[in-house]
Amino acid sequence: MSLLVGAISIGLVLTFLALGIFISLRVFKFADITAEGSFALGGASAAILLVTGVNPFLATFVAVLSGFLAGMTTGLLNTRLKVHELLSGILVMTALYSINLRIMGKSNVSLLNAETLFTPLQRLVDKMYGPEAYAIILGWKVSSFDLAACLGVFLVAVVIAWLLNLFFRTHIGTAMRATGDNPQMIRALGQDTNTMLIFGLGLSNALIALSGALLAQFQGFADVQMGIGMMVWGIASLIIGEALIGIRSTAMSIVAAVSGSIVFRLLVSIALRWGLNPNDLKLITAVFVLLALALPGFLDKIKRTEGRPSA
Amino acid sequence: MLKIKDVYKTFNPGTPNEVRALQGISLTVEEGSFVVLLGTNGSGKSTLLNAVAGSFPLDRGQIVLDGVDITDWGEHRRASYLGRVFQNPFSGTAPGMSIAENLALASRRGLFRGLGLALNSGSRREFRERVRSLDMDLEDRLDNAIGGLSGGQRQALTLLMATWLKPKLLLLDEHTAALDPKTASKVIQLTEEIVGRDQLTTLMVTHSMQQAVNLGDRIIMLHRGQVAYDFKGYEKKHLQVPDLLALFDDLRRTEQIDQNIAELLAAEYI
Repeated sequence: MSLLVGAISIGLVLTFLALGIFISLRVFKFADITAEGSFALGGASAAILLVTGVNPFLATFVAVLSGFLAGMTTGLLNTRLKVHELLSGILVMTALYSINLRIMGKSNVSLLNAETLFTPLQRLVDKMYGPEAYAIILGWKVSSFDLAACLGVFLVAVVIAWLLNLFFRTHIGTAMRATGDNPQMIRALGQDTNTMLIFGLGLSNALIALSGALLAQFQGFADVQMGIGMMVWGIASLIIGEALIGIRSTAMSIVAAVSGSIVFRLLVSIALRWGLNPNDLKLITAVFVLLALALPGFLDKIKRTEGRPSA
Repeated sequence: MLKIKDVYKTFNPGTPNEVRALQGISLTVEEGSFVVLLGTNGSGKSTLLNAVAGSFPLDRGQIVLDGVDITDWGEHRRASYLGRVFQNPFSGTAPGMSIAENLALASRRGLFRGLGLALNSGSRREFRERVRSLDMDLEDRLDNAIGGLSGGQRQALTLLMATWLKPKLLLLDEHTAALDPKTASKVIQLTEEIVGRDQLTTLMVTHSMQQAVNLGDRIIMLHRGQVAYDFKGYEKKHLQVPDLLALFDDLRRTEQIDQNIAELLAAEYI
């Protein structure tokens, strides 16, 4: 059970990754691989600030800001310098790998002795219930701190998802959605689509960096490789959420991203518990996404072939 | 109102696909005038409209709108002056967004878009009223995605959106060409109503001689990226479809003569 609560917490932390990918992939229809770099960038910059004793809120904020800048860089490459969509993401992602190493000075940084966003929470729980406190859920022992952490991340996820939904209903937010939906139309209505894309990719990667910063603090370390495969992870979360919730409105899509992220992380931890080799995880995730992308078209083809009168 | 001065535009210069679309065209449109642009395929009608809209940079020349030189302005910046309806009914609306959201976007054409909510009860009421005026039974479907509507409905909404804030210049690029005849006449009727009501300065490209005769107060016929004929006032009023067809024949004949001469010269000298 404690494992399950931990899995839900990580799923919630990765919610921001899914929301970021939702913005780039679904709103702008832009396959932005910068995600893999900015996820690690968020983790790296938060970690290095935390070890030097910076306030955890400030450290997390700086991490978010760095992700925003990374996303804007990709947007600038694509719009102003006319670099191909995928390539501009690949360039920034690759550059970020070195930048992340530079930031941390080594390939990973431990946060075990640093003050993180979770430290005050830990202290609070210790003071209220004592360090060994646990709750009983469905007959299982769960440490009070794990539960509190899960609840804390849940609240942050709900607030950010709600704010994002609100943003997409503002004048500027609707213009951003229109940029992905029909750029010609929104240009004819006076909106600079380049600015929208640059800003939107910034927003997307800010969320992804937040995810990386929170994950580093939750698991107690940042690693330069922590971003690898996160793009596909995020897409898998989106696909599951969209299948469960639907995509009839922006609000539903956002709820889908959040719930998909939790469900996918749960599925993964169950699979690992059953003896799935962690090394195979990325292969299985990739195959899953491939199936989800290819299956609808494949089924359609079968249906059409069956519908055809036999010769 | 609109001054087009000696504008040149060549697409894919120096390649086998080179198209000399505009070849030193000059044109002045007075305020409140409704100009119909005619011409054969490739005569530069749509290119001229897109040049005014700023879809591409010019090779040479100048475009002045309402006393402001907009030659170097980007497409989105010019949009504060322009209302546009495209030939493709899918171009003018965002299919994944609701009718209300599309209208909300149009209601801030060229204005600052801030963090205010795009839709509120006040704006919804206004959207309902004006959509009702289209008489297409769309006023109860404001929250439906535009992608589910027919081409005619989308084109009527695009027209409404383009003129939601009164534009200095309305650009209609064969906006009924992709519609069935009944819907096309409905959209034309709406065009007349709106342009008449708001006294809009309008540039309309069309392939329909009938539309050219019935609408507007000036007909300009383009040929090879230049103005071939220009009729206004009394002349325009009395111009009939057969007259226009005769002019087209004339242009075609000149073209053929040109080609024959070119072939003759080629045979003689090359």
